[in-house]
Amino acid sequence: MQLSDLLKHTSEWLKGTGPNSDIVISSRVRLARNLEEFPFPHWASKAQGEEVLKKIENAKATIDFLKSATTFKLAELDNVDKQFLVERHLMSHEHAQKKNSKAVVIDDDEIIAIMVNEEDHLRIQVMQSGFNLFEAWGIINRIDDALSKELNFAFLSQWGYLTACPTNTGTGMRGSVMLHLPALVMTRQINRVLAAISKLSFTTRGLYGEGTQATGNFFQISNQVSLGHSEEEIIENINGLIKQIIEQENQGREVLLSQSKALLEDRINRSFGILKSAHIISSQETIELLSMVRLGSDLGMVADVDRSRINELFIITQPAHLQKLENKKITSQDRDMKRAELVRSKLGKVN
Amino acid sequence: MLCDICNKNPATVHLTEIIDDQMNELHLCEECARQKSAQMEQQFGLSDLLAGMAEFEKPNVDKEADLLKCPSCKLTYADFKKIGRLGCGQCYSAFKKYLAPLLKRIHGSSQHVGKTPGKEKEVLEKVVDMVDTQELRSQLQKAIEAEAFEEAARLRDQIKALEQRQPSNINEVKEDKDATQ
Repeated sequence: MQLSDLLKHTSEWLKGTGPNSDIVISSRVRLARNLEEFPFPHWASKAQGEEVLKKIENAKATIDFLKSATTFKLAELDNVDKQFLVERHLMSHEHAQKKNSKAVVIDDDEIIAIMVNEEDHLRIQVMQSGFNLFEAWGIINRIDDALSKELNFAFLSQWGYLTACPTNTGTGMRGSVMLHLPALVMTRQINRVLAAISKLSFTTRGLYGEGTQATGNFFQISNQVSLGHSEEEIIENINGLIKQIIEQENQGREVLLSQSKALLEDRINRSFGILKSAHIISSQETIELLSMVRLGSDLGMVADVDRSRINELFIITQPAHLQKLENKKITSQDRDMKRAELVRSKLGKVN
Repeated sequence: MLCDICNKNPATVHLTEIIDDQMNELHLCEECARQKSAQMEQQFGLSDLLAGMAEFEKPNVDKEADLLKCPSCKLTYADFKKIGRLGCGQCYSAFKKYLAPLLKRIHGSSQHVGKTPGKEKEVLEKVVDMVDTQELRSQLQKAIEAEAFEEAARLRDQIKALEQRQPSNINEVKEDKDATQ
C-alpha cells in the first residue's frame, strides 16, 4: 500500500456508521507495550531503536491479520506525509517530531495502526466508527495476544505492563471516544459536563492534539487510570459515562428544538450557506461550520447532505490532505482558497 | 467575541480554569492561547508533577532516592524526576520503593488486575503476590475494624483478583519456554 492509496477512501473513524453515530464519531482503544530486553525509546541508542523496529517487523510478518499491513518508516516520509497521517489519526503529533527508528504499521482499512518507538516501543491502536468500544477492545486484545507470543513484553504481576511513563502502567490501555456535542455547547451545559467528567478521572481533549479546547464541538474522552482495574472494567466505565453524555446531548438537542428552533435553523443554514459560497476559508472555520451542518443533518434540517459526506469534508479540508490531493506543497493562503473550492464542489451538487 | 487578553483578535479558544472549585472562563485568540498554554506547561510540566507527587510522600529521602541507579539501563532516579520517563522495564524494580507510592497516587491502586502476557518468567513474583495477599488481608481486617467499608471492599476485590491469578500463573510459568532468554 502507498500512502496516497489512503486518499481514495475515508478513514474508518469518519465513516459515519456504527451505533449512535449521530453523536459518537469514533471509538478507539490503545495499548502501550514495551520489549523487556530494550531501554524505552527515549533512553535507547540508535542501534537499539533499529533492533526494536526489526523485531517488531519480524513479529508482524508472522501474524495473520497484520501480514498485509504496511510499515511506513518515518525517516522515509516528508513533513506533509507525516501531517497527513496525524490528520487521519493514524499516529500522534509527537510521533511525527523526531524520526529515529520510528515507524507506523497501518492495515488497509485503517482500523489497526501500530506506532513503533513512540513513547513506548509499541502503541497499538484500533479504531471503530461510532460507539463501538467493546468491538475495538475485542480486536486489539487478539492483536496483543498474537504479538505477545512473538515478543517479550515488559511486565510485572504487581504492576502489569511497564511503560515509559508511570501514568500508563498497568493495563497500558486508553479507551477513548470522540463525541460531537453541539447542543451541550450551545445550551452552555458543556462546562458542567466536562467538570463532572474530570472528577470521575476521565480526561477530555479536542479533535486534534492536547492542550487546546475542542474545535467544532468535538470532544475526545478517555480514561486516565490504567492500574487497578481490568481492561473490561475500564471499557465498561467509559461506556457507562458516554451513554450518559449521549443522553445529555440528546436532551440538549430537544431543548434547542423546542425553545429556539428558528434560531437554530437560521444558524445551521447560514453555516451551510457560507460553506457553499465562500471563496477563502480557514480549516478552523470549516470545522466549525461543518459542525453546524452535521447537527442540521442529524436533525433533518438540511436536506440531501449525508453524514459520510460531511465527515469526509472534515478530513480532506485539513492542510496536509489538501496538499496530498493537489500532490504539491501549497502555501497557507492558497490552501484557504483551495479548501473553499473543494467544499463548494462537494456541497454545491446538493440542493 | 474578542480575546480576553489582547482585546484585539477574535477569540477562538475557550478555556475553562477550575481553581479551588471556582470556575473561570477565558476566551482567547490563538496567539494568546498559545502563550497561556506554554505558561501552564511551565507550571505543570508532567515531570515536575510526577516528581512532586513522589516527593510529597517522603520529603527527607530525596538525596538517597536521587542516587539510585537502574542496574540495567543506568538511568538514575534523579534522571527520572527530570524527564518524567523511566529508562526500561527493570527501572520499576530498581526504584520500587519510590515508585510504589507514586503509582498509588496516580492510579489510586498499586495492584494490576488486567490481562497478563501469559509469559511470566519469575516464579519469585508469585511469592511476592502471596506476601501481598497476606499484607492485604491484615489491611482488610483493620479497615473492617475501622468501619471503612469502601476501602474494605476495594481490598477484598484486590485479594480476590490476586488469588484467582496465582494458580493460572504458575501453570503459565511451566508452559513458558521463552526463546529469547
